[in-house]
Amino acid sequence: MPRVKIPRKSTAIDMTAMCDVAFLLLTFFILTAKPKVEDPVPVDTPASTAQTLLPESDIATLTIGGKGKVFFGVEGFEVRKQLLLRMGDRYKISFTPSEVNKFSVMPNIGVPIAQVKQYLSFDGDQMKEFKAPGIPTDSVSNELFNWIYESRIVTKNISGKELRVTIKGDSQEEYPTIQKIIAILQKQEVNKFSLITSLRGKE
Amino acid sequence: MAELDTSGGGKKKGGKVRSKKQSTRVDLTAMVDLAFLLVTFFMLTTTLSKAKAMDLAMPDKDDQKPDVQEPIAASRTLTVLLGSNNKLEWFIGVPGESLTPPTVDGYGKEGFRKVLVEQGQRIKQTTGKEMFVIIKPSDKSVYKNMIDVIDELNITNNKLYAIVDITPVEVELLKRDKIY
Repeated sequence: MPRVKIPRKSTAIDMTAMCDVAFLLLTFFILTAKPKVEDPVPVDTPASTAQTLLPESDIATLTIGGKGKVFFGVEGFEVRKQLLLRMGDRYKISFTPSEVNKFSVMPNIGVPIAQVKQYLSFDGDQMKEFKAPGIPTDSVSNELFNWIYESRIVTKNISGKELRVTIKGDSQEEYPTIQKIIAILQKQEVNKFSLITSLRGKE
Repeated sequence: MAELDTSGGGKKKGGKVRSKKQSTRVDLTAMVDLAFLLVTFFMLTTTLSKAKAMDLAMPDKDDQKPDVQEPIAASRTLTVLLGSNNKLEWFIGVPGESLTPPTVDGYGKEGFRKVLVEQGQRIKQTTGKEMFVIIKPSDKSVYKNMIDVIDELNITNNKLYAIVDITPVEVELLKRDKIY
């Protein structure tokens, strides 16, 4: 009597479909991922239990760190372009289209307005080497005030929404610096703003 | 790797040696592994990098009429002075004639949060109204202190608070207790 042979089944699974799905998801995540914006100064944000997420657009960030240096950044290429032109008008500096384009891809600015032209002429490495002094916060030149003020106008013109100002401060930054920034904001009647914090459990 | 040799094997006696037909299937396991690894990576980084924010509303400052202030009973105001070395000092009422002796305390669960809960309950019982907290950061305090205090207020569900500039009387108080 012949033995009945059971054919051995292959253990290989068709991976094609799984591979397709995996790469579809991968593409989605890569495209939606936003590149992390590098802080101009090391900023260690204080922790809190706040859960509110920040909106993606119509937002300006004031980065405060490194012994009272203030950096200003605003979301949106078009906003930045018009912002620089308006600031140029105000301080009688004319910027070329290439300078405006270069400015539009910079996440934040931290030099006095008189040095912006020189700063924009730097190439990538020079920019990294350059120790930005921060935007002057004194009331004589009023530069930080004007940066915020002009970007509020530009945002309002472009998207019709109110610009949301956020403060990203280093946890060891002394209070007078923060007080100065808040005073600048209150001077233009921005009484509501957000403080960026990292997440902490309720203990 | 994931494919077992199922050809049976062994029956290769005699006959012409035929070139085996090569399978067109590629083993995709490694590729899938890699893809999912990257998916996981991107998934985690995108959700975690979203900044959390704490909303802060400051009292409206009007330069024209700086004297306009809402009167609030001294018995239900808790003033917090933020000093140096991560210490704070609190009292109820107005400085100088406070209803409780100014107390130096630390931040966090055992320190300020306990004060907020206890005093909040006491004030609610005696006056029937919510406690009002005035935060006065001194020049020697750091940004983190301010965030910590607001955070404790959020945790203990105190909605009524304001950040106000410190007065010289209160600075003296901090100096006396050596946290300035």
